[in-house]
Amino acid sequence: MTDGAVDPTPTEIRILAGAWRRPAPRLLTVWRLQSLALLAVLGAMLTAVAALVSGVAAAGAALACTAAASAVAWRVSSARWRAWGYAERSDDLLVRRGVLVRRVSVVPYGRMQFVDVSAGPLDRRLGLATVSLHTAAAASDAHIPGLDSAEATRLRDRLAALGETRAAGL
Amino acid sequence: MTSAAVPHVPAADSSAEWRRLHPLTPLLRGGRVIAIALGILADRSVRGGLEPRWVLAILAGVLPFALTYGWLSWRATRYGLVGGDLRLDTGILVHRSRRVPLARLQAVDVVRPPLARILGLAELRLEVVGQGSTEAPLAYLSEADAHALRVRLLALAAGRGETEPESAENVLVQVPTGVLVASVLLGAPAITAGVLVAAGAVAAVVEPRVLLGLAVSLVPAMAASGGVAVRRLLTEYGFTVAESEDGLRLRHGLLETRAQTIPAGRVQAVRVLEPVLWRRRGWVRVEVDVAGYGRSGRDAAKQRSATSALLPVAPIGLGSAMVGRVLGGADPARLPRVRPPRRARLLAPLSWHNLAVGLDSGHLVSTGGWLRRETAVVPWAKVQSLRLVQGPLQRRLSLATLHLDTAGGSVAAAGRHRDLADAVTLLEHGTVLARRARAASSHGALPPR
Repeated sequence: MTDGAVDPTPTEIRILAGAWRRPAPRLLTVWRLQSLALLAVLGAMLTAVAALVSGVAAAGAALACTAAASAVAWRVSSARWRAWGYAERSDDLLVRRGVLVRRVSVVPYGRMQFVDVSAGPLDRRLGLATVSLHTAAAASDAHIPGLDSAEATRLRDRLAALGETRAAGL
Repeated sequence: MTSAAVPHVPAADSSAEWRRLHPLTPLLRGGRVIAIALGILADRSVRGGLEPRWVLAILAGVLPFALTYGWLSWRATRYGLVGGDLRLDTGILVHRSRRVPLARLQAVDVVRPPLARILGLAELRLEVVGQGSTEAPLAYLSEADAHALRVRLLALAAGRGETEPESAENVLVQVPTGVLVASVLLGAPAITAGVLVAAGAVAAVVEPRVLLGLAVSLVPAMAASGGVAVRRLLTEYGFTVAESEDGLRLRHGLLETRAQTIPAGRVQAVRVLEPVLWRRRGWVRVEVDVAGYGRSGRDAAKQRSATSALLPVAPIGLGSAMVGRVLGGADPARLPRVRPPRRARLLAPLSWHNLAVGLDSGHLVSTGGWLRRETAVVPWAKVQSLRLVQGPLQRRLSLATLHLDTAGGSVAAAGRHRDLADAVTLLEHGTVLARRARAASSHGALPPR
C-alpha cells in the first residue's frame, strides 16, 4: 500500500495513507513550458546584450548559461511534480509537497471552511485545475494543483459534502 | 451628560424593533475630519497665507454640507434584532444591509474612545466567526444603550432569554497599577527605548558632532518602542477579569476603555509568556486566541492594541490557575514534557533548552523561545489542521517540526526539531486525538459555531 515502488523520490516522511495520488502529468508539462519560456526570454535578452557589448564569445557564454539554467529548471520541475501528492482518508485529507522544504498537511474534513477550485489560462487550455482548502486557521495551506477538471470538481464536491456533515463547532 | 432618548422607529411590519444610533454620532464621526480641516486652515492663516475672513468663508460654506450629509447619514442608519440576527442598515444613496448571525457571535466589546467618553457615548464591536475584521461596529450609542444591547446580544447568542437581567459577575483578578507599570518598564519595548536614550546621551557627551546624524535614526526608533510601551500601559490600565454566565469579562483601558466578553468554550489557544526580566519577580503574561480577534483587515492595528491578553501580568500561580480556568480543567502546563533530541541544538542553539512538547488526551503543550519563554497550550478540540515541515538542514539531521494550526493570530503551537519518527508518530496520534476531541465536544452543550 505504500508508494515505495512508484515514487522514486526518497521521501523520509512516509505516512501509510493508502495510495498517494499524483497531479496529472500535464501539470509537469505546464511547469516545464513556463520555466523554459521564461528562461528563453531572459536568455535571448542576455545574449543580445552580451553580443552587443562584448562580442561573439560572450554571447556564446550567455547561451551556454541559459542552456544550463534550462536543464536545471527541467530537473527542478520534475522533482517538484514528483513530490506533490494527496490522499483522501476516511476522516481527513493529506497533502504533501515540496522538494527542499518538505511539507505534509493533514486537514480534517470537519474543519474545512471552504474549498476553492481555480485555473489559470494555461491550466484551462489543458483541462487542469487547482483545489485549495481553507480552515479557520490562516496557516492552513493545503492546495493541490494540476488536477483534471473532472477530478477537481469531484474532489471539491466530496470535500464540501464531507465538510458539512462533519462540521465541528469552533 | 446627554440622555436624549433614541427615537424608537417602529417598522412597518413590526416584527422587528428598529432603532437609530445616537444623534450625536455624526458629530463624533465628522468631528475628527472637521478638527483636521480646522487645524490646516488655522495653520495656514497664522502663517499669513490665508486671511482669517477667507477661513471663515470656507468654513461657512463647507460646514452646512458636512452637517447635512452627517444628518442624512444618521437618519438612514438603523439597527435591529430580526430573527436570530443583528441587522444594520446604512447608506443614503446605496442601501447596505448587514446581517450578523448571532449564533456565530464570539465576543462583544464595549469601547469608549476618549472623545466619546466625554459625551457619554460608546461603541459596540462584535467579533464574529469567520471574519478577519470586526463586524458591524455600532458607533455610537449612549452608554446605557450599548451595555443593554450587549447584554441582549450575549443572552441571545448563548440561547438564553432576552429579558433576563445581566448576570452577576464575580471579580477574579485585578491588576494593580504599580505592578503594571513595573512590568511595562521591565518589558522589551521600554528597555529598548531606554537603551537608545542612553546611547544618544553617551554620544552627546563623547562626540557631539555625531549627535545630529544619530538623532535622525535614533529618534524614530525611540518613539516607536516608547510608543509601544506607552500604548500597552494605556490599554491595560486597570485590568480586571471577572467571571459571569456569559463567560469571562475583561475590562481595561485608561483613555479608551474597553469591556470584552469571551464566552465559554470560544478560547482557541492559550499562551503563557515569561520574559527573562520578569522571572526574578515571578511574573507571567497570559494571552488567548479567540476566534474572530484576527490580525487581518483594516482594523489590524486597532485589534492589536485591543490586546489578546487575558492577564497582562500576574504571579505565576495565578497565571496557571487562569489558564486552567479558561481551558475548563486542570492546568495543562503541568503535563510532563519531552525535549527534542540533542542534535536539534545545531539548529536551535539558543532556544534548545526551552524547547519541549507534552500532551494528553485533552491538550498539547509546547514550549519554546530564548529570552522570553513561551508556553502554548492548544486543546485538541480546537485544532484546525496539522502540518509536518522538514527543511533541508532538518532533513540532514533527521528532524522535523510539527505545527498545530488554530484559529486566531497570536498562539502558534509547534513541536520544533523533533526526531523524524517521533514527529510522524505525533502527527498520526495528534490526528486521532483531535478527531476524538472534536466528536466529544460537538456532543457537548455548545451550539455549533
